[in-house]
Amino acid sequence: MSAARTLFEKVWAAHEVVPETPDTPAILYIDLHLTHEVTSPQAFSTLKTLGLPVRRPDRTLATMDHSTPTSTEQVFGDAPIKVDAAAKQVRQLERNAADFGIELFGMRDARRGIVHVISPELGATQPGMTIVCGDSHTSTHGAFGALAFGIGSTEVGHVFATQTLLQRKPKTFAVNVDGKLGPGVTAKDLILSIIGKIGVSGGTGHVLEYRGAAIRALSMDERMTVCNMSIEAGARAGMIAPDETTFAYLKDKPRAPKGKDWDAAVARWRSLSTDPGARFDASVDIDASMVEPMVTYGTNPGMVVPIGGSIPDKPGDEVFGKALDYMGFRGGEAMLGKKVDVVFIGSCTNGRLEDLQAAAKILKGRKVAHGVRLLIVPGSQEIKRQAEAAGLADIFKSAGADWRESGCSMCLGMNGDTVGAGQYSISTSNRNFEGRQGVGARTLLVSPLTAAASAVRGIIADPREML
Amino acid sequence: MEPIVRVHSKTVVIPSSNIDTDQIIPARFLTTTTKDGLGKQLFADWRYRADGTPNPEFVLNRPEAVGAQVLVAGRNFGCGSSREHAPWALLDHGFRAVISTEIADIFRGNSLKNGLLPIVVEESISRWLLEHPGTVVDIDLRSARLTLPTGVSVAFALEAFARHCLLNGIDELGYLRSHSKDIERYEAAHG
Repeated sequence: MSAARTLFEKVWAAHEVVPETPDTPAILYIDLHLTHEVTSPQAFSTLKTLGLPVRRPDRTLATMDHSTPTSTEQVFGDAPIKVDAAAKQVRQLERNAADFGIELFGMRDARRGIVHVISPELGATQPGMTIVCGDSHTSTHGAFGALAFGIGSTEVGHVFATQTLLQRKPKTFAVNVDGKLGPGVTAKDLILSIIGKIGVSGGTGHVLEYRGAAIRALSMDERMTVCNMSIEAGARAGMIAPDETTFAYLKDKPRAPKGKDWDAAVARWRSLSTDPGARFDASVDIDASMVEPMVTYGTNPGMVVPIGGSIPDKPGDEVFGKALDYMGFRGGEAMLGKKVDVVFIGSCTNGRLEDLQAAAKILKGRKVAHGVRLLIVPGSQEIKRQAEAAGLADIFKSAGADWRESGCSMCLGMNGDTVGAGQYSISTSNRNFEGRQGVGARTLLVSPLTAAASAVRGIIADPREML
Repeated sequence: MEPIVRVHSKTVVIPSSNIDTDQIIPARFLTTTTKDGLGKQLFADWRYRADGTPNPEFVLNRPEAVGAQVLVAGRNFGCGSSREHAPWALLDHGFRAVISTEIADIFRGNSLKNGLLPIVVEESISRWLLEHPGTVVDIDLRSARLTLPTGVSVAFALEAFARHCLLNGIDELGYLRSHSKDIERYEAAHG
């Protein structure tokens, strides 16, 4: 009998073209390569210089999301992309995709969206796959039991040219989440509390596997939120074993297997769970019932407290003090009631339909507070259509929100959707780094429920009082 | 890639921990389609004031930082996004090595592929380096040792393959392509 293996070890072993040795890393086969306009140009240039083709265009999908505008006039009308360099990057991806025969979901394609949102909704993301992209939030796809991780542009070139990567085998880390999330407490709050517990480098060198009753109870949208932020704990990737929830999500998706192939695939996918007795290199236990709505107060996602809590006081800690200075906060202050200037609901973390439904639950029949700007950016054009069909967009617009075309948008402000210097942004995105949403912008990470509640109140508010 | 054998240089110290890639190079500069010239934007939001003039307080703008090839930083350097623009910007500025007690995975991988040495040291060595900005260190890749002017010399972990590539200026893509038969075999077996 073979030794008990973790989910990660099974997926890894199935993709070893050449196993690692003490002297050489493994050559790992990549099933699906997602690519976008920002981290691909230099990799395509390498191919051109060397005269190489893309080895497997059929395993490569391209879209544009980071530097693309979200205003309807710029996407579908005659208005040009405001940022010249962004326009050039978009054109370059169009040219590269055509030159190398790669399928591209371009600017006006109905299937366009954030790369980590569209691949699952197409059914291109499947259990047991290896998936890479020149983007750290590739960890999102681990929600399906795929081994999915972000790579740099040099590695993007390696995958284009060889469909493989040189990789050292990471260690494994079990995140056991038992119990049940309370009302008004979301997957975003769960992952923020996990990062708060293990720290922003707690997962370095490891692949996390989220396990336990509370994880099994999550929908696919929620699992994607959790896996998405694995990188915020420093982890190489995050994974969740596929189950009936996964299969129900994937069934009948455009690129999911069909008919007999579907049955065979599901049978194969059922074997993708960690064997009883398999050992992890590290582990942490979380009780979901103790998790509360969370909010960050500092300049990394590990600087986080329950919404009813206050900012820790750490006199003498210079680095900590510098982060609070940047945020304009002081140790000991309560988070509830803090000022809000901008609210952003969207991103690959929280831009899916269930996130928009959650926001709508709070915003229905209410108005955004005077002086607050609420920007709602769907994760994909498909989600935009679904939200409009379900009446969510009308709720948002009646509340006074700015309802946009899809993209990464204000998560990193590359496309001109930015937060002003010194302004407080309550954001459903994944990073509260200094300047992430604009020079001098101050970001507080929250769930879509908390974001919507704070938009209505004009201050940091507990969504549980408004449900 | 040029072979790298040794880096002998004074250091620049940025003591903050968790320096993320958005600090190393802010996202608004990622609209470039080349690797060139990113050094100007290295640490842009710390290095320049709102009007674009250099912030004289920031360490890279001080005269003593000129010519330093080794950056010493607090814990967990390079966390955040996968942007390879981060090591490109550090290299373009003139850095050849980064020393910290912990270096984030993707940044580490990206650095090795571009000839920027990610050197992880233990707490006591890091503390000494943080407390002695401008000190001259010696990094010898053949022996994988970091030597301080005090004479203290420590080994640093760098896997054999990465070291071999750096020492000989070997491009990993060439290595992967030399395994094309293995890749074909894998594809034939797995579809």
